[in-house]
Amino acid sequence: MERSTLDLWVGIFVVAGIAALVVLAFKVGNLSTYNVSESYSLQANFSNIGGLKAQASIKSAGVLVGRVTSISLDTKQYEAKVLMSIDSRYQFPKDTIGKILTSGLLGEQYIGLDPGGDTVMLKSGDEIKQTQSAVVLEDMIGKFLYNKAETGK
Amino acid sequence: MSTEALVEISNVNFAYDSRAILKGINMSFPKGKLIAIMGLSGCGKTTLLRHIGGVLKPTKGYVKVDGQIIHDLDQEGLYKMRRKMGMLFQFGALFTDMTVFDNVAFQMREHTDLPEEIIHDLVMMKLHAVGLYGTQDLFPAELSGGMARRVALARTIALDPMLIMYDEPFAGLDPISLTVVGELIRRLNDALGATSIVVTHDVQESLKIVDYVYFISNGAIIAEGSADEIRNSDEAFVRQFVHGEMDGPIPFHYPGANFSKDLGVRV
Amino acid sequence: MALVSSLRGIGSRVVNAVWRIGYASRFFLMTLYYSGLSFRRFRLTVREIFFSGVMSLIIIIVAGMFVGMVLGLQGYETLKRYGSESALGSLVALSLVRELGPVLAALLFASRAGSAMTAEIGLMKATEQISAMEMMAVNPIARVVAPRFWAGVISMPLLAAMFSAMGVFGGYVVGVVLIGVDEGSFWSQMQGAVDFRHDVMNGVIKSLVFGVAVTVISLFEGYDAPPTAEGVSGATTRTVVESSLAILMLDFMLTAFMFGE
Repeated sequence: MERSTLDLWVGIFVVAGIAALVVLAFKVGNLSTYNVSESYSLQANFSNIGGLKAQASIKSAGVLVGRVTSISLDTKQYEAKVLMSIDSRYQFPKDTIGKILTSGLLGEQYIGLDPGGDTVMLKSGDEIKQTQSAVVLEDMIGKFLYNKAETGK
Repeated sequence: MSTEALVEISNVNFAYDSRAILKGINMSFPKGKLIAIMGLSGCGKTTLLRHIGGVLKPTKGYVKVDGQIIHDLDQEGLYKMRRKMGMLFQFGALFTDMTVFDNVAFQMREHTDLPEEIIHDLVMMKLHAVGLYGTQDLFPAELSGGMARRVALARTIALDPMLIMYDEPFAGLDPISLTVVGELIRRLNDALGATSIVVTHDVQESLKIVDYVYFISNGAIIAEGSADEIRNSDEAFVRQFVHGEMDGPIPFHYPGANFSKDLGVRV
Repeated sequence: MALVSSLRGIGSRVVNAVWRIGYASRFFLMTLYYSGLSFRRFRLTVREIFFSGVMSLIIIIVAGMFVGMVLGLQGYETLKRYGSESALGSLVALSLVRELGPVLAALLFASRAGSAMTAEIGLMKATEQISAMEMMAVNPIARVVAPRFWAGVISMPLLAAMFSAMGVFGGYVVGVVLIGVDEGSFWSQMQGAVDFRHDVMNGVIKSLVFGVAVTVISLFEGYDAPPTAEGVSGATTRTVVESSLAILMLDFMLTAFMFGE
C-alpha cells in the first residue's frame, strides 16, 4: 500500500473514532448540559433516606441543580447525613426545605429543594435545617392499617 | 598477511536440558579467510554459529570475537558487536512485508543517519554486486529461491561487516544458483576483506571456495584442514562424508532394532 | 490409579498456566519498556493502526448496526408491556455505551485483528525473520511488538465508540423510523439517562483496558508460538479463546467496580 494512502486511511479512522466519541458524549450523553462549573457544598440530615444513593440528582422545580456526593450515618443523632454538591449558579435561601422524593411511581429517589422566603442565602458548608425524609413503604402500610383499624372500630 | 584470529572458540562446551551438544570445541578463524564448518544435521554446527553471534552462552569455555568475549557483553555492547557482523539465515529470512529495496536498506535506516539519496545508491550497489539490480521494487514472495537467497546476501553485507556467517547457504538451490551463491560468497569475502564462516553440508560447492574446513560429529571436532587435505583425508567419517558413501562410520540402518527378529525369521 | 494421574495432570496444567501468565507479564513489561521507538518513529505505529484498526472498521460498523437494531426490536417488545416505549432510547444507549460497545467491539477485534497479529508474528518467528532482526542488532520487541501494542490500545476505544454510535443509530432506525416510537422522547430520555462521566467515560476506560489485554495476549501468543505450522495455528486459536475469556472476566470486574455500590 502506498504510504500516503495508508496515512490517509488511518487519519480517516482516527477522525471517525473521535467523532463517534463526540457524538456519544453530546448527542447520546448529557455533556452539553453538563457543567464542569463551580460548585459549593451543602449538607442535610434525614431520619430516613430510603433508597437515596450517592450521585443521585438534586432538583429544584424539576431542574437539576446538583448531585449527592456522599451519605453517612451521623452517630451522634443516628440520622443520615447527606453531603451535596450544588451548582454555584443557584443560590438557595436559608429556610429551604430538602425532601427525598421518588421520580415516577417506582423510580429512583432524588432530593428536591423547596426554597423558602428568607433573604439570607445558604453558603458553602451550611446545613439545610428543614428536611423531609423518604416515604418508606412499610411505614406507610403500617400507618394505613392503623388508620383503617381506628376508623373500623 | 595477518593470521590474527577474528573469532576464537576455546574449549567451548554447551549442554541443553542436560543433553551435551558441544563438547570441548577449539576453533580459530583467521581474519580474511573463508572457513567452512561441516557435519551431519544436528551435529551442533548451527549451535556454534549461535554462540559466535552471542545468542547462546557456553556452559564452559569462551568465544572471543574481535578480542572481546561476546557472551559477557551487555545488551548495548552486544548490539554494537552485531552491527559489525552479518548473518545469512537458511532460506534467507527476508522480511516478507517489505520490498527488496527496503530489506537491503533496513540496516542502513536503523543504524545510520544517512540521507535517503545515499541509501538509495548504496542499496543499488549492493544489489548490483549480487547481480539483482532491477528487482528493488519486488516483494520477497515474488522472487525465486535463488534470487531470494541473493537478496538476503545483499542485505547481509549492507553495512560491510567484518564477519559474515552463513547458515546452510546452499540449501535447496538449483545447480546454477549453487555456483552463483558459492562464487558470490568467495568474491564478497575477498572484496570486503572480511572473514566468512559457512555452515553447510554441501561438500562439492564449499570445497571449491573455502580456505579451511572443520568437521564436526556429535558435538566434537573430528577433522580439520585445508580443502585439499580434506579431499585426500584418510579419516573414515570424512571419507564417507566427502564421497557421499552410503555406509561407513555413519551406518545406513537405524541402530538398535533387529529386523529379522521382528519378522520371526531365524538367522 | 487413574484418579491420581488425572489430578496430577490438572495440577501440572495449573502450574503451567501460572508460569505462562508470569512469562506473559514479563513480556508485557518489556513491551512497555521498549515503547520509545513506537512514538519516536510514529510511522511504524500508524502502519499498525491501519492493519488492526482500519481493517476492522467494516465488521465493527456492520456488527454495531445490527446489535443496535436487535436492541431496538427486543427492547421495544419488552418495554411495550409496561407502557414505557419512550424509554427505548435510554435502553439502547445505556446497553451499548456501558457494556455492549466495549465488550463486543473487543471480542470482534480479538477475532479479527488479534488473531492476525498472532499469526503474523508467529510466522515471522518461524521463518527466522525475528532472529535475523536480532542479529542485525535491531530489538524485535521495540521494532515489531511495541508498535502493534500501541496501535491496538489506540484503536480499541475508537472502535468501541464507533460500535456504540452505529448501534444507537441502528436502534433509532428500528425504533423510531420502522416501529414509530416518538423521536423526541427517544433522544431526550436518552440524553437524560446517559451521563458523560459515569457512562461514556467508563465505557472508554473499559475499552482501553480490553485493548491492552487483547493486544498483549495476541502479541504474546504469536511471539511464544512454536515455529511450526501447527504451532502457529494453535497460537491463533489460543489468542481468540484467551482474549475472549479475559474480556469477559475484566468486564465483570470493571462493571462491579464502576457501576456497583
